[in-house]
Amino acid sequence: MTQLTVQHDEGAPFDVMLLYIFTGVGAFAALLAAAFTKDPLFQFHSFIFLAAFVLAAGVMTAGVAYGKFRSEPTRYADGVIRAGVIATMFWAVVAMLVGVVIAAQLSWPNIFYFPEAGWLNFGRLRPLHTSGVIFAFGGNALIATSFWVVQRTCRARLAGGVAPWFVFWGYQLFIVLAATGYLAGITQSKEYAEPEWYVDLWLTVVWVAYLLVFLGTIWKRKEPHIYVANWFYLAFIITVAILHLVNNMALPVALLHHRSYSLYSGVQDALVQWWYGHNAVGFFLTAGFLGMMYYFVPKRAERPVYSYRLSIVHFWSLIFIYIWAGPHHLHYTALPQWTQTLGATFSIMLWMPSWGGMINGLMTLSGAWDKLRTDPVIRMMVVALAFYGMSTFEGPLMSLREVNALSHYTDWTIGHVHSGALGWVGFISFGAVYCMVPWLWKKDRVYSNTLIEWHFWIATTGILLYIAAMWVSGIMEGLMWREYTPQGFLANSFVETVAAKHVENIIRTVGGLMYLSGAVIMSYNLWRTVRMPGHEAQPQGLASLPALAAAE
Amino acid sequence: MWTKHAKFERHSLWMIIGIVIVVSIGGLVEISPLFYLESTVEEVDGMRPYTPLELEGRDIYIREGCYTCHSQMIRPLRDEVERYGHYSLAAESMYDHPFQWGSKRTGPDLARVGGKYSDSWHKDHLTDPRSVVPESVMPPYAFLRDKDLDYRQVQAKLSAMTKVGVPYTQDQIDNATADLEAQADPFDSRATALKKRYGAKLAQRDFDGDPDRLTEMDALIAYLQMLGGLVDFRTYRAEAPENQR
Repeated sequence: MTQLTVQHDEGAPFDVMLLYIFTGVGAFAALLAAAFTKDPLFQFHSFIFLAAFVLAAGVMTAGVAYGKFRSEPTRYADGVIRAGVIATMFWAVVAMLVGVVIAAQLSWPNIFYFPEAGWLNFGRLRPLHTSGVIFAFGGNALIATSFWVVQRTCRARLAGGVAPWFVFWGYQLFIVLAATGYLAGITQSKEYAEPEWYVDLWLTVVWVAYLLVFLGTIWKRKEPHIYVANWFYLAFIITVAILHLVNNMALPVALLHHRSYSLYSGVQDALVQWWYGHNAVGFFLTAGFLGMMYYFVPKRAERPVYSYRLSIVHFWSLIFIYIWAGPHHLHYTALPQWTQTLGATFSIMLWMPSWGGMINGLMTLSGAWDKLRTDPVIRMMVVALAFYGMSTFEGPLMSLREVNALSHYTDWTIGHVHSGALGWVGFISFGAVYCMVPWLWKKDRVYSNTLIEWHFWIATTGILLYIAAMWVSGIMEGLMWREYTPQGFLANSFVETVAAKHVENIIRTVGGLMYLSGAVIMSYNLWRTVRMPGHEAQPQGLASLPALAAAE
Repeated sequence: MWTKHAKFERHSLWMIIGIVIVVSIGGLVEISPLFYLESTVEEVDGMRPYTPLELEGRDIYIREGCYTCHSQMIRPLRDEVERYGHYSLAAESMYDHPFQWGSKRTGPDLARVGGKYSDSWHKDHLTDPRSVVPESVMPPYAFLRDKDLDYRQVQAKLSAMTKVGVPYTQDQIDNATADLEAQADPFDSRATALKKRYGAKLAQRDFDGDPDRLTEMDALIAYLQMLGGLVDFRTYRAEAPENQR
């Protein structure tokens, strides 16, 4: 027990002990749940909780015994970011692979469905793909980059001692619970919020810890100003918390049962869900990644952010307007029309703050445009911004009632989502990871620029194939559904429109496969980078790193 | 003016307060009226809560992710109304916790699929979709036929539904298990009580063609076969002012 009394930066500090107690209590609770539940699915997840807590307690015991929990207040906490980068790439490959599999299922249902393995059916894999890409790949990329950015721009070590590691591993546990849950059939059927109530509660704990780590680091900052990237990260963390809590309000069937029922029903539930759903896009996939953009683009281009005022205007207008846009997912439905109109109006207005971000990012390259020729990483991030601009133009267009009447329920929406996800979210994350890996592992450069070029071109071609195929199939099926014969009868049965999409489905599968190949190439390239002989490791003291110029 | 912004940039608390206020307005203005404006949900005849068997079937529908490919929301567009039937009303999903409107039609809309096909068509189609629709891309659900329905929690489910606002009576909750078994067996003696509790219109038969077992297939088909058939459209007046939304 002497460890408790020694200095905070030696031995096992208070926060480790606290986490120790937490895992102990958690393991005990999981054990009780597993023992007393009559629900096999709940028992399955109780065992996962139990295994995670026992593992964590074991690792911490070893860590304390070997003095691994020394806090070094004069250095940045980069270990958790290294882990985050590895997790980002791992989940990227997994989630994209699942995407390719379900695309193949729609292309060749006779080959890729297995009657004996119902858990591999489209309906269970699709949430695995969407949550995998958004929360596992995107979420890890956001957590890792935000930890990097907040330390560098505040010139302060991550707050909370061992808490960042709790955020990291707690978040991985959330992913594992969500993913295994979908395969086992545990879902509450709210898109991008499928995990059941106890997983939601767990994520809430992790997310609050994440917010506190992030805020605590800001409070310790040695810079008077909070850098613009952190505004976006902060808006992302806070708003996602609000969205998550409101949308997942549900009543469990029983205390030890996995199933729960939403507090809302029908039309109210639909609007709460799409208020959530659209702002999962707006705050998870946009605000968060704009935070990433505001650090890594100026850093890589070695230019200051183009316009400080633009960043202020587009930040506040973006977060204000985004939250209204949800009802455009419910045009012509039983949702009252005033709500639909309001949603569409704000969706059109959203175009401008979105492009504010794109312009601010692109114009940051003023005077450094030549780098596009030589640096594929910069090119990747610029193409990400271009896709961001493209899909934030397409979005307002699709939110118009007349366009939506055609596009809703079709593949066009899927194409739109993927131009944002593959083009914007994927590429800006890949760019950030390509930047961070040499910094984190103390190397001069990435192993092979040629491989980055390959990644860039294969992935870009893949995106274009994907979204072009979805435009064609989406608009085609939309037109076929509403096509009439001269006699005034519907011209096509539903299944004719399914059959008509066969070729586009195959092209989409090929496009997705190419994008996945790019991520695999990248993983190989990064692995080789980590294995390269490093340069002389300089201790990354807090002051030794030039801070990024404030955006003024 | 721009220097005023320094307050937000220098004080994280102001930043947080600013963010929370700014992101709350839209949701409050758009969502909260739906909970108190009476015109949000129409007045209709015929809506009733799901029977225990249908509720279990709906849980299987959710578990298998059917909503990822099938919508349950017919829009008031000419082609949709002609293809699927009367456009969907808000009242028709007022007992749906959560809603199942969906967002994608990889397969057709199911809001009014009830009664459109026979039970045995559904059984064949779910078992092997391409045996009845060769161009289909739907996954096979043969395993539903082989899996006994686990309905130990059905009473707790009705009870939970009541707590979130579905008007099940105490009688319905107490007899949930009996009602569930009775609905899947055409010769069950408890059928009269079941129909008294949920209305004479409900389908009470062996849905999956296997009278010896009560399977997940029974529950899912029972759910599919009641979809969209509750509201009495003979008494629904779309032009009435209270239904103008």
